Parts: sequence; C-alpha cells; structure tokens
Amino acid sequence: MYRARLFAVRHAGVFERLYQSVERVMVALDPLFERIGYGRVERPVAIVEKVVKDLLFDCKMCGQCVLSSTGMSCPMNCPKELRNGPCGGVRPGGFCEVKPDMLCVWCEAWDGATRMQNGSQINEVLPPVDRSLAGSSSWLRASREKATAKRDADAARQALASAFPEARANEPVAAPLADEPDRRQPFK
Amino acid sequence: MADLDSSDLMQPYETPPAGHVSGSRLERVLRSGKFAVTAELNPPDSADPADVFDAARPLGEVADAINATDASGANCHMSSIGICSLLSRAGYGPVYQISCRDRNRIAIQGDVLGAAAMGVRNVLCLTGDGVGVGDQPGAKPVFDFDSLSLLRTIKTMRDDGVFLSGRKIKRPPLLFLGAAENPCIPPYDWRPERLAKKIEAGAEFIQTNYIYDIPLFEKFMMRVRDLGLDKRVFILAGVGPLASAKAARWMRSNVPGIHIPDDVIKRMEGAEKPGEEGKRLCVELIQQVRAIQGVAGVHVMAYRREHLVSEIVQESGVLAGRRPVGLRRRQRAGA
Repeated sequence: MYRARLFAVRHAGVFERLYQSVERVMVALDPLFERIGYGRVERPVAIVEKVVKDLLFDCKMCGQCVLSSTGMSCPMNCPKELRNGPCGGVRPGGFCEVKPDMLCVWCEAWDGATRMQNGSQINEVLPPVDRSLAGSSSWLRASREKATAKRDADAARQALASAFPEARANEPVAAPLADEPDRRQPFK
Repeated sequence: MADLDSSDLMQPYETPPAGHVSGSRLERVLRSGKFAVTAELNPPDSADPADVFDAARPLGEVADAINATDASGANCHMSSIGICSLLSRAGYGPVYQISCRDRNRIAIQGDVLGAAAMGVRNVLCLTGDGVGVGDQPGAKPVFDFDSLSLLRTIKTMRDDGVFLSGRKIKRPPLLFLGAAENPCIPPYDWRPERLAKKIEAGAEFIQTNYIYDIPLFEKFMMRVRDLGLDKRVFILAGVGPLASAKAARWMRSNVPGIHIPDDVIKRMEGAEKPGEEGKRLCVELIQQVRAIQGVAGVHVMAYRREHLVSEIVQESGVLAGRRPVGLRRRQRAGA
C-alpha cells in the first residue's frame, strides 16, 4: 500500500529498531531452524513475511531484503529496480520518471535514512539482485547468513561477496554466502 | 585470405603507463591536468560504417574522446559496441556507453570483454532511460544491474581478473571507468553523496547531464569540493547548444532528467537567430563551467547539431591551443 509505504519512511527510525528486534529473534532461533531444517520452515515463514511486508513496504519478495540500507523504502518498487540510489530522470518535486504520480523511491529512501541510526549504510554499494532467490524468505536468509559467517561459506559465491564487501558486512542477504536449503547443488 | 596473425588484426593490448588504470588517451589528458573535451556522437540508423565516420569527423577535430550512446532515450540506433568497434579501428578513442536497461549481467560482462578486445579503453556506466520514453515502449525493461553495481562489476573484472561468478578472466579488460551524474534534478541535497557512492563503486571520471543552470551546478560543486570528491574523480560538465526555445521546451518536458531554467528559454525566445544564440549560450556555458574549481573538462552533447561542436569548442578557447587526442595522429599510428 502506497500510503503505508510512505508512513514507513516517515517513521524509518521506529521501523529500523523493530527490524533489528525481528532479526535478533530470527538469529536466536537459528539452532532451532537448523534442527527442523531450513527447507521445512521456509514456506510458512515466507508466507508470514510476505503478508507483513506487503502491507508495510509494498514488498516484492525479492528474497534479498535491504530495507535497513535504503531508509526503509523498498528499492524493488523503483520501476528500474535500482539498488543504489536514484537514476538521472527524477522529475521536479521528486517524482518518478517512469511513474509520474509516484514519489521517487530513492528520494524517499534518502529521506528515511536521515531518520535512522544506521542511515549512513545507504552510502554503501549493493550488488545486483540474485533473481533465483525471488519468493523466498529474506528473514530466514538473514539469520542463516549471520550464523554462516562463523561456519564454512559457499566458495562459489565468494567473488560477489568480496566485490561488494560493504554489502556483505551490512546486508549479508544481498551478498549471501550460505548454502541455499533448496539448492542441494551449489551453482557454478 | 588475410593472415589471422597479421598485425592488422591482432592489436597488442599495451601496458598502461605507471599510475594509470588503462591505456586510454582520455585518461592521459585528464591525469596530466589538461582541460578535457569529450563529445557525443549521434548514432546512425544505418548499417553503413561511412555514416559512423561522417558523424565522428567533426567531433574528432576537437574531442579527446567520442561517446557512443547506448540507445539513449530508449530509442533504437546502431549499437554502442558496434560504433566503438568502428571508431577504435579508425584510430578514435571512443567511450563505450553501457546502459543497464537492455541487457542482463551475462550479456554485459561478455560485451565488456569484447569491447576491450576491439580497442575500447573507456566505458561509461549508465542506468538508462525507461523504455516508455522511447520508440518501442512495449519492450521489456531489463535493469539487471544498476549503474553502481555495473561499475563495481567491471572494476572487479579489471582489478581482480574475475567475473562476478568468480570465474577467472585470462586477460582482464583494462578500462577507464566512467559514470554519469545529474546535478540539476532532485534530490539535490543527495546528488553529491550519490557521486561519492559512484566513486566508491569504481568511477574514475564523471560526465554530467546537460548543465543549463550554472548557480545550481555551482552549489553542487561546492558540496563536491567540501567532500573532497573533485580530488578523487575527474568531472566533465555536460553542455550542448539549444536549437530554439520550442526545442528547449520540448526537451524539458519529454526527455528524462533535463532541467532548463525559464530564463534560458526566455533568452532563446528573444533571440533573432535562435540557432546562433544557442551556440553562443553553449560557448558561454563552457567558459562558465571552466571557471568552476574542480571541473576537469566538458562533455559536449549537440544532438543533431554536431556540425557546430568544432566551432563551439574552438570559440570557447578551452583547448588553449593544444591538439585534442580523440583521433590518433597518423605518424603515431601503430606506435
């Protein structure tokens, strides 16, 4: 919902803290998820995540949520799906080039970032979206990434993660290293 | 049959001079502290190489590098890589523009290697205009990369010698990396920060969109200097001659990202010979941006007025008597 999305940006600081708490809970639950199997909890968690984030952020379920680095304004709502800031076509008044009735997602994002404790994360370069993760739960991925940082990482993904070190540090889901539960064979 | 090992076909990939990232002549001009001039080529709707060379000739007289646009405004023309291939073969130093609109990461990384192999030494990484403004609005917009992830990817290919997948590249593409910036549109306060982010991503030179609002650009540059960005990147200010007040109005409302202040349009309206006035205005703009601290050059975009570029640059006096390096001199060919 467009209005809820704008509301989230106006209160980006509150949502940032809320998000941090959700993440802490998810990371704490990692051993449990590990025991049940991430593959098994994936669907129910993804359904809840979709409902909540669709309502609040117009979530597109890219599976690589980076809201904490984008002022709580979802970059997948940008018609060009830009992940690193506005394009050069923003209209006077801060409206979108492609959808003239919508405020530029990235003008909103910079605005939201000023209200956030870690708002400066918006300055860090994010990698392109891994399209094969669309529809999956970003929350589960986030907890898995935090846990995996200490375990063995998927070697095949190292190049992207090291090309975007800032993203790996702040938004591990954007430059993931953990094995995907439903992807038994690591990609080459 | 041509011998495939003959020196005509196999151009050696020369080692860049110390402190340089590429063998680009544009990089050499900028690093030596000279005021650089680049110009945009109007891509032909034709499969005839002669049309490319005809368009390049007037630009080569004054430019240190010629930009080959990648379907700008989402309009279909000869491809940027095709133009670059022809231009580099003829001794020009092209800037290969890559837009993220039409190709995905597999295509773009491959094209970067192809372009480098054909002698391209400069790239300009762009997001690209939406497909809706072009001649084929029903096309599928790709936007797999954005301009920053594209910059970082090419930088990784060049410096680490790997694709994003981690696969090794035998001979990395030694390219001088460029990006665009548009200082005259919202969010004004964040544009300099975005420039900083582009530098973080890998940008070594910047070509801006059209600047018609000097006070606004000065404000932008002031912040750029405060952040120390002018020391980390070469900024080339975008300029171009307007044809008439009507054309200016049309551009302002139909081409994404173009800001032309009302007093500029009024000046064009009041002129007896609008074409002459547009040219004079462009010369003045070049001289004005030249005077701003931190501006390393100009990028002339004279859409359908390419014949004026040489005169405009000469009149502005920014070349200060030096010969541009856009076209390799005959006696140095093969050197």
